[in-house]
Amino acid sequence: MSKAEILIIDDEPQIRKLLEITLQSNGFAVKMAFTAKEGMIMAANHPPELILLDLGLPDQSGHSVLKHLRQWYTNPVIILSVQKNEEDIIMALDNGANDYLSKPFRTGELLARIRLALRSSNIDEKETLLQVDNLEIDLTTRSVKKDSQLVKLTATEYNLLALLVKNEGKVLTHQYLLRAIWGPGYINQSQYLRVFIAQIRKKIEDDPNMPKFLLTESGVGYRFVSVS
Amino acid sequence: MNKLLFNTLPKSRQYIYSISIIIIVASICFLLSGFMGYRVAALVLLLTVSLLAVIFNIFPVLLAALLSALIWDIFFIPPRFTLHVANTEDSILLFMYFIIAMISGVLSYKIRQVEKAARLREERANSVKLYNTILNSLSHELRTPIAAIIGATDNLQSNMNLSAEQRAQLLTEISKASLRLNQQVENLLNISRLESGHIKPKNDWCDIVELVYDVVKRVEENSTRRNINISINQNLPLCSIDKGMLDQIIYNLLNNAAIHTAPQCRIDISVNCHADLLEILIEDNGKGFLGIDNKDVFDKFSRTKNPKTSGSGLGLSIVKGFTEALNGTVELVNIKEGGASFAISIPVKTSHPKLVLQ
Repeated sequence: MSKAEILIIDDEPQIRKLLEITLQSNGFAVKMAFTAKEGMIMAANHPPELILLDLGLPDQSGHSVLKHLRQWYTNPVIILSVQKNEEDIIMALDNGANDYLSKPFRTGELLARIRLALRSSNIDEKETLLQVDNLEIDLTTRSVKKDSQLVKLTATEYNLLALLVKNEGKVLTHQYLLRAIWGPGYINQSQYLRVFIAQIRKKIEDDPNMPKFLLTESGVGYRFVSVS
Repeated sequence: MNKLLFNTLPKSRQYIYSISIIIIVASICFLLSGFMGYRVAALVLLLTVSLLAVIFNIFPVLLAALLSALIWDIFFIPPRFTLHVANTEDSILLFMYFIIAMISGVLSYKIRQVEKAARLREERANSVKLYNTILNSLSHELRTPIAAIIGATDNLQSNMNLSAEQRAQLLTEISKASLRLNQQVENLLNISRLESGHIKPKNDWCDIVELVYDVVKRVEENSTRRNINISINQNLPLCSIDKGMLDQIIYNLLNNAAIHTAPQCRIDISVNCHADLLEILIEDNGKGFLGIDNKDVFDKFSRTKNPKTSGSGLGLSIVKGFTEALNGTVELVNIKEGGASFAISIPVKTSHPKLVLQ
């Protein structure tokens, strides 16, 4: 299998160097762009498996790069941002980013996110059965089993879980989830999400206080991960 | 800061107030003119203008002076209801009335200018003092980890005699120093947010149980495998609060406890929410705060007298600043058996999950 190619669009020399060494030594092929313009040309000429995009670029904002890319580019895009600015992150996720990392980040975290994004983009769309550890989710029969025991979920709980599972690895924002499950009138009713997520965790997690499937992205949203 | 009473009212209001006050006082004098002479009325009006000069800006006061002089002339000085003044004595009085009213307006304006200048000077002196303290504390807190990073990398690059174990140790030092630097920068950014005064809580529904477990996990990861005991009611209602601020408050307190107590010490966090009051108690059985008043620990750059411990002295002042921004209170009690106990209470809106599920 050939190396997965990652395009880095970032103008900070130190970060570029760090990313280059980290990714190359972990078996990825790396291409680098300094500016938004350069990045978009490189992505178009030879679409990479994944793009790491910095939000603060010299010629234009990462947000507009993301919007342009998403008109045709379907592989994962991971956003790098300098500060934990939740609004920025939410905007990027709503514009189609798969994930985000705020600087400074640990390399272990970076690699985990990249692998997660690559894996979920390779998941077969028709795949409807998900098995991780002691959890089994069957999207055709709408059934969830834990330790081979059927888990009783309400319709809303199931719909929420299924939506997160279908987007495995991807961060779904609060507003996106509220709109999709409850409807556009509910996008500010974040207490619904908190309560339902807590309910689902009680049913599918071994320790609901230390969730390993249904993870919180503080102030941003939730994601489902399968740590097999 | 003492904002001389109504001096901060918008200009237009000040004009309306001073005109209405003069008219009211003049009307009362007019009604009582059977009992007091018109010269007494002049004194009463003059007193009113002087009082206005104390609380209002110069132009509304000058307007009041002019208006009251006119009113006195027309409604009080005989012959009444004309601008005409019958005798020379009254003309002199009217003239003097006008001058005195003007002078009191101008004088109080000048006094206020002097006060303002003094206040500015004092503020500037204070900020220079604060700036120096910040510089001293920061240069130490930032330079120490930077020195560790530079020293360790120099060694790794050019010292060929290092054993594999020594190399690993140096790398650990670099990693620890950079985490410390990162924490200091985070603190500084938070302090500058607080200092700017533009800090506004962004409240949203928050699962406190989830937040506490998340913070505890982060503290445990960053400090040598400390164990923190959590005691929390799993059926806590959702609270409407600024998650980021609460996170930072709890993190700083737990992190402090983890850094400044011996590894075998106990650290507990308990959380309760009764009657829309979120109460968080963070306790350890370390040495507590020695040689410093319990109230002073929250001051910026205050440090205990123990020279061995490090820290910028910013952590607790951020705790206090954020707690107050959330309309809450934080208190430190030194426990008799040894150890520190921080009690935080924050008023919150709550929502019971059962209500949402219905």
